[in-house]
Amino acid sequence: MKENREGVKGWLNPTRYGANRFAYWLQRLTGLGLLIYFIAHVIETSNIVYGKSAWEKMLAVTQTNEGHIVLMVVIGMCVFHAANGVRLYIAEHGKGIGRPGRPEYPYKPTSLGLGMKACIWVSVALAALAMMYGAYVLFGEA
Amino acid sequence: MKRVKIRVFRYNPADGADARYDEFEVEAERWTTVLDALLYIKAHKDHSIALRYSCRMASCGSCGMVINGIPRLACYTKVYELGSDVITCRPLTNFPIIRDLATDFTAFFAKHKSMRPYIINDAVDRIDGREFLQKPEEVEKYLQFSYCIKCGLCYAACPTVATDKRFPGPQALAQMYRYLIDSRDMATDERLKVVDDRHGVWRCHFAGSCSMVCPKGVDPALGIQLLRAYLLGMSRDSKVVAELYRREK
Ligand code: HEM
Ligand code: SF4
Ligand code: FES
Repeated sequence: MKENREGVKGWLNPTRYGANRFAYWLQRLTGLGLLIYFIAHVIETSNIVYGKSAWEKMLAVTQTNEGHIVLMVVIGMCVFHAANGVRLYIAEHGKGIGRPGRPEYPYKPTSLGLGMKACIWVSVALAALAMMYGAYVLFGEA
Repeated sequence: MKRVKIRVFRYNPADGADARYDEFEVEAERWTTVLDALLYIKAHKDHSIALRYSCRMASCGSCGMVINGIPRLACYTKVYELGSDVITCRPLTNFPIIRDLATDFTAFFAKHKSMRPYIINDAVDRIDGREFLQKPEEVEKYLQFSYCIKCGLCYAACPTVATDKRFPGPQALAQMYRYLIDSRDMATDERLKVVDDRHGVWRCHFAGSCSMVCPKGVDPALGIQLLRAYLLGMSRDSKVVAELYRREK
């Protein structure tokens, strides 16, 4: 019998099941992105043990356009991941997702209601605003 | 009326051939369901297609399949509402394929059973013509979860079930909450032990896809978060076990 389990493929497509599935996908993507950034950051800053010139050479890399863009993406990832993480924390403690009741057709699951959707889009908007501010600061000084 | 193309997933483990799609043209009215169309094909074009159905009215939970990318009940999905001239029917994901659109529910039902989906209460042996008294508010805590028809759509949509064989899935976890929060049930601690596991309720990432596809308004994602909240001691639903009561004649 063919297993037919969706596997990791099931994680990759964020377009099928509405806002919550999109947030799930982005939380995972930004979580992994931040983890990679964090590791790179530790390696990068450890350059200081090789003295002042190595440190300054490394800093120069972050002053390039590519460096700025990477930092902007990191800012966006940070803000979305943190804001959406707080939403998940609250929802996974049973708050802000409605109460069970007597479902009436057409069924609207309360756990995917307006409150949760609004929080997801606010997290995206905050991330976008933070990225714009980041761009203003980073590219402004160049 | 419009003509649509129905693409049906075909796979028979017994004949060893690769999976393929067969295509059929059918005429659909505004009220034609995908199940109607498939049964028309079965009656007039190719009777070898394997699929499961019974009630044709979203009650038995037999006809779940992936229709145009989303798990749905074939009897509850009209051809017109899909807004497409091509309709692709695949077997439910995360369920092993028996043949064509028929899938194997053994693991799914075993997970449901492992939740002990019945009221556990010592007083049942002493009922003696009496009945449990429940307030409407107490009924509302579990009522919507008891509407589950075990169709498996949520299980097919869940990204955690997609990669974790041991995860009970949205259906089973929501049923656990349904019995846990029922004031007639006394087995709270035993129930929590079953789901308080790395592969249990904590594996849910609240992707919400289960509630998105559920055809009965069960909202399993809500049940799972409330179950988790109960374990975390955050629940306002502190439980008072219902008393036995004799109805006056
Ligand atoms: C304000 C800070 C943060 C908050 C509030 C936060 C919150 C969360 C939450 C609630 C989850 C679980 C999501 C779920 O249930 O699916 C999560 C997952 C994760 N976080 Fe964070 N996080 C923060 C910072 C970070 C940082 C700095 C990193 C990287 C170094 C990181 C990496 C991850 C990873 C890899 C996951 C797993 C993603 C997944 O399983 O889908 N997080 N975070
Ligand atoms: S919770 Fe909904 S989707 Fe899942 S098995 Fe029950 S009725 Fe089907
Ligand atoms: S045939 Fe019973 S649910 Fe569709």
